[in-house]
Amino acid sequence: MHKKVLQLLVDNTSGVLSRISGLFSRRGYNIESITAGVTADPRYTRITIVTSGDDVILDQIKKQVAKLVDVRDIKELKPNESVYRELAMIKVRTNAEQRQGVISVVDIFRAKIVDVSKDSLIVELTGNQDKIDAFIDLLDGYEILELARTGLAGLGRGTENVTYL
Amino acid sequence: MLGADAIVKCLEAENVDYVFGYPGVAICPFYNSILNSEIQTILIRTEQNAAHAASGLARVSGKVGVCAVTSGPGATNVITGIATAFADSIPLVCITGQVNSELLGSDVFQEADITGAVESFVKYSYLVKDANEIPRIFKEAFYIANSGRKGPVLIDIPIDVQNAPVRKFNYPESVNLRTYKPTIKGHAIQIRKVIGELSKAKRPIICAGGGVLLSDAEKELRAFAQKYKIPVVSTMMGIGVMPTRHPMYYGMVGNNGKPYANRAMNESDLLIMVGARVADRAVSQPDLITENKVLVHIDVDPAEIGKNVGAAIPLVGDAKHIFEDLSKEEFTCEHEEWISLLDHYRETMQKKRHPDPAYVDPAEFIRLLSEQMEDDAVYVADVGQNQIWSCSYHIVKDGRFLTTGGMGTMGYSIPAAMGARLACPAKQVVAVCGDGSFQMSMMELATMRQFHIPVKIIVLKNNYLGMVRQYQHFTYEDRYSVVDLSGSPDLEKLAMAYDMKFMRLHTMEKAEETIAGFLAHDESVLLECIIDPMDLV
Repeated sequence: MHKKVLQLLVDNTSGVLSRISGLFSRRGYNIESITAGVTADPRYTRITIVTSGDDVILDQIKKQVAKLVDVRDIKELKPNESVYRELAMIKVRTNAEQRQGVISVVDIFRAKIVDVSKDSLIVELTGNQDKIDAFIDLLDGYEILELARTGLAGLGRGTENVTYL
Repeated sequence: MLGADAIVKCLEAENVDYVFGYPGVAICPFYNSILNSEIQTILIRTEQNAAHAASGLARVSGKVGVCAVTSGPGATNVITGIATAFADSIPLVCITGQVNSELLGSDVFQEADITGAVESFVKYSYLVKDANEIPRIFKEAFYIANSGRKGPVLIDIPIDVQNAPVRKFNYPESVNLRTYKPTIKGHAIQIRKVIGELSKAKRPIICAGGGVLLSDAEKELRAFAQKYKIPVVSTMMGIGVMPTRHPMYYGMVGNNGKPYANRAMNESDLLIMVGARVADRAVSQPDLITENKVLVHIDVDPAEIGKNVGAAIPLVGDAKHIFEDLSKEEFTCEHEEWISLLDHYRETMQKKRHPDPAYVDPAEFIRLLSEQMEDDAVYVADVGQNQIWSCSYHIVKDGRFLTTGGMGTMGYSIPAAMGARLACPAKQVVAVCGDGSFQMSMMELATMRQFHIPVKIIVLKNNYLGMVRQYQHFTYEDRYSVVDLSGSPDLEKLAMAYDMKFMRLHTMEKAEETIAGFLAHDESVLLECIIDPMDLV
């Protein structure tokens, strides 16, 4: 089972996200993450889906998704030809002594502290999934109070195979 | 002009002749407007059958079938009909009334999230929020339903939108769907590859599915098969692609098909699957159809190619166009030995039945019936043992054979036959069902009487849900559970109640004259055939 990143360009209509996620669930395809946002042209939404499966399943996913009336384009974002990013926000319990330790990890990862209170701080980190996983691993020993991850967004490198907008 | 008037105008622009449906408050503005139109409304007796009737009409006319029902229970009742059309790829536009748009989501009386509920059974659905959008939406809906891989489209219209003024009615001449562009023409390189394989093949065969009928490609396929002497088998949905007695036709494949058809398919070295999904009932072991052979898979829906079996040569496009293109190429294709082998199989692998003479033998009865039916008659088979007998013994001459092979919805035959008959009033239309499936749609006898739709109905009565009984016979060693149909009505009295002609056949003795009398009636007739309750397909 390989992780695959799919990029979709879809009509920005109401219900489009539920049509796509519904198709994944009823056909038994896995969704590890899904992100959606409007493109430069407000008629379209770009969706990034992280899924897993062998090549046969991936081929079926692409064909079944492409069949949906709202879907304009679907393609796989291959790792060596694409850039992926995810944003994570992590709230860590920190007292005065612990704070400096967290800050040093934050500096190494070029993360940002976006909120500080007397017993916690919120770290914002952008990167690929491995980087975020590694960062979370390094916080072992601290108490993570809350964690929010956006899921992957991605684009292919260069100007080849650009599907508009 | 109101939204409801606009809907009617859209249906007129699409040359709709009939709307099957059932009113309720939420669809009343539409049913009020349609009184001003030539379009005929058929009051079906339960909503599921509105979709089945529309399906029957669509299948014989090539047009989109239309049904219109109310919100809430009206809409949820029609779902099985929509799902049936979806599984069988039948083009429908289903209009549902909806509660006032301002009340949507507040669980008011007869509110159901129908677009959400049918999501997995429709090609597309719309919830109309602005009456001015009606012309565009209907134009798109009819186009989506009847293009590419055909299927049902649902349009949900809140009552306030039906009652809202429309500024200017302008029915679009063309659709502009940025994201929906079905592939119609087959890729030239793939077509050449098929020709290349055909000229090498020693044992080629075509397996035709329902897609061939949906693309109206029977003529093209027949001509191609004839020209290059390529034998043809079909799936259940593909019955009628070739006349049953055509020398190049070797029957229906699948676990309920002809043994020689399956053998022909398995022993071929080049299998051209066209308009068929390679679903479990037709091909129970997909690996057998790729073993030692080249599989060419032709379908208008790219997602069907490679879904159940990997094809050596995938060919996406509409069957009619593809056979036209294939026929343009000249090549030689010699395989007389193969043909004589298949002829030998067909002669020697006939299934022997041992009917009890105390009953009507459904196999022989159906054969005699189809001999006497008009050449271009429409035969509608229901679901159950009756369906398998119909598939096995009905002889298609120049007519149509309709059944729901995809979904297998009991009760399909009577409403579908009504729709078919309305679409071609000059044709003989016969529905054949069992006593189980008949009782699922017998309320439609009233519709037939009310609108003078002279469908001829045959009930093969065995007092059992025969197909399930047969399954329990084999799987549970005759522990019959919930399959006894005792308590069924006396069909003679039922026919009398509906003021319908009734006939009954107990044995094969008078079968031929009974069939002749049955087919000779101008009005709808109900013919009950008493068959052996323990018979197996």
